Amino acid sequence: MAYLDHAATTPMLPAALDAYVAAARALGNPSSLHAAGRGARRLVEESRERIAAALGARPSEVIFTSGGTEADNLAVKGIFWARRDADSRLRRVVASAVEHHAVLDGVEWLGRHEGAEVTLQPVDELGRVDPEAFAELVRAHAGEIAVVSVQWANNEVGTVQPVAELVAIAAGAGIPFHTDAVQAVGQVAVDFGASGAAALTLTGHKVGGPVGVGALLLGRDVSCTPLLHGGGQERDVRSGTLDTPGVVAFATAVEAAVTSREEHVGRITALRDELVARVRAAIPDAILNGDPDQRLPGNAHFSFPGCEGDALLLLLDAQGIYCSTGSACSAGVAQPSHVLLAMGADDRRARSSLRFSLGHDSTKADVDALLAALPGAVERACRAGAWKTPR
Amino acid sequence: MRVLAAMSGGVDSAVAAARARDAGHDVTGVHLALARNPQTFRTGARGCCTLEDSRDARRAADVIGIPFYVWDMAEEFHDSVVDDFVNEYAAGRTPNPCLRCNEKIKFAAVLDRAVALGFDAVVTGHHARLGADGLLRRSVDLPKDQSYVLAVLTRSQLDRAVFPLGDSTKEQVRAEAAERGLAVADKPDSHDICFISDGDTRGFLESRLGSAPGDIVDGRTGEKLGTHNGAYGFTVGQRKGLDLRVPASDGRPRYVLSITPVNNTVTVGPREDLEVDVVTADRPIWHASSGVADCEVQLRAHGEVVGASVTVTGDALVATLKAPARGVAAGQAIVAYQPDPGGDIVLGSATITAGSRSLPAASHV
Repeated sequence: MAYLDHAATTPMLPAALDAYVAAARALGNPSSLHAAGRGARRLVEESRERIAAALGARPSEVIFTSGGTEADNLAVKGIFWARRDADSRLRRVVASAVEHHAVLDGVEWLGRHEGAEVTLQPVDELGRVDPEAFAELVRAHAGEIAVVSVQWANNEVGTVQPVAELVAIAAGAGIPFHTDAVQAVGQVAVDFGASGAAALTLTGHKVGGPVGVGALLLGRDVSCTPLLHGGGQERDVRSGTLDTPGVVAFATAVEAAVTSREEHVGRITALRDELVARVRAAIPDAILNGDPDQRLPGNAHFSFPGCEGDALLLLLDAQGIYCSTGSACSAGVAQPSHVLLAMGADDRRARSSLRFSLGHDSTKADVDALLAALPGAVERACRAGAWKTPR
Repeated sequence: MRVLAAMSGGVDSAVAAARARDAGHDVTGVHLALARNPQTFRTGARGCCTLEDSRDARRAADVIGIPFYVWDMAEEFHDSVVDDFVNEYAAGRTPNPCLRCNEKIKFAAVLDRAVALGFDAVVTGHHARLGADGLLRRSVDLPKDQSYVLAVLTRSQLDRAVFPLGDSTKEQVRAEAAERGLAVADKPDSHDICFISDGDTRGFLESRLGSAPGDIVDGRTGEKLGTHNGAYGFTVGQRKGLDLRVPASDGRPRYVLSITPVNNTVTVGPREDLEVDVVTADRPIWHASSGVADCEVQLRAHGEVVGASVTVTGDALVATLKAPARGVAAGQAIVAYQPDPGGDIVLGSATITAGSRSLPAASHV
């Protein structure tokens, strides 16, 4: 078995799992006033401080959520609502065309149901938002833009955005900037305070923590209307009893991922570069998608012209190689990736793609196993590719 | 063998996949997404390919313990089955879309892709027998028998088909599904045409072909008896829905005898004028070694069988019936069976082009 799908989810770190189990044995609602509650609250608040310290945020800026999707929705909708309600001219939402659906679909929902003007900022063929074009957009619409959302790094092709430049442009016009850093934390240096972003999304299960817990780092001075109303937890921005064991394990994983980042990146980059070089040598037609330099160290994303990604995935799965087409399902049917289409790929190339993503327990043996299976699978999938007539 | 199990989300295909796995095959489940705009849930027994069906199929695959994927066949299905269905009606014929789907999708587009990906065969939950002798036979469950819609398959298609359910009744299949812990055990059967979810075939055709008013005429006198909104809305043998203004002189019901797209005319007449005893057909698929057979023929899905002498020459099949048949519609399949105690054997099939009388019609009775 070779697990090459760490961008989907990565194994929990043993320390995070131990921390989870230990905290799950303890009783207490962190909102309770008695000793049991205080015990739970202490664990939660220590976790909040550890995450804040690891990512250059203040503890009060850490809003725990159920994961990346909720944090993205909270940022995009909550900041839009708060800004529009303060000034009815602020109705425009700007997002890059290659955002994760957790941002993109929320933005489109605002367009359909809340009267938002939606601008999807295009990207170049490497998947990057052009800062000059973004500056142009901000100049043209500064008085209308409620919120901007551009991911730190792309989940499919791994391209790292010029976030610092983009934030500076938005901040210069007083526009709050949200960034989905779900894939970035632990793979590139992320400092929330230094970035100048108004809000930043991260999640547990991409960094060796549990599924079902994440956070929005939300600047202290950023107004955000809640999605969830109730007990007023998390600065009144996100009600709901906190998941103490989840939060503790999440903090353990974030801390470990950030602390060991440089060592991890050195090892994973070398392994990824080996994977890319060997895939290219074995399949000369293969096209590496995304930015060759500004990319996540664990990401390798290829198009295999003439093949269906779906067919390749099936063939590799049958040989114990786990990877992803990276594309979302719509109505149960795989759609060509909106990311690749936004990068200028045509439908066929978009459908011919596979993502291999490495993580903390990836080894050379995984790459060996992939290379043992991939050439035969590509040959076979290309033959099967003829089943579908071009349209 | 490495086999691909087509899983609709229903009970038959789930049990078929499970049996294939029990038989020692390396089974991969695939749900075919055939609808362009699938609905979330199935309403009643009609329709297919809803998200619920896809989830049911996936859950069944998980219970059986096989890999599962969704294959998007919506374009192929639309081009080869739905458009064909509309075009056939527009041409005055009566198509069988299930048969076309087997011919063009399940045992063509899906089978071709499966073979290219290294699979040896496609497994489906059809009720028909296909044993070691390679002969396609009726299911033991005659009311559920689906050999008619499989008779269009060629030898090479049959060589890569596996039908694990032919020796079981539907009741046995449901009981087995329950024993295997498959939640689809008591899911209702699907009926009718899967892509017409409200069951209104005429409305579906009208939405595709538009309204085309024309005459309904008497087959014996040529007299105009009424009008229709589109000849495609009629099928040979149909009695209901004619809405005739002029009553028959004898007061007896009248039936659609033929549809003539050229002048958009529907011809009607008394029941006995429907009777034919010679059926001609084209595009034969013939498995028997001899092109001449004394056998039984079935002229529509779930229709009765009638004895016949069948001759196949080149691209034509002619069947001389031993008793007259009614409601023989161009576009339907004629399937020839050789009666056999081990399940009637499919000799071959062809697409009906015309029915005629070798003798003058019986006088009014």
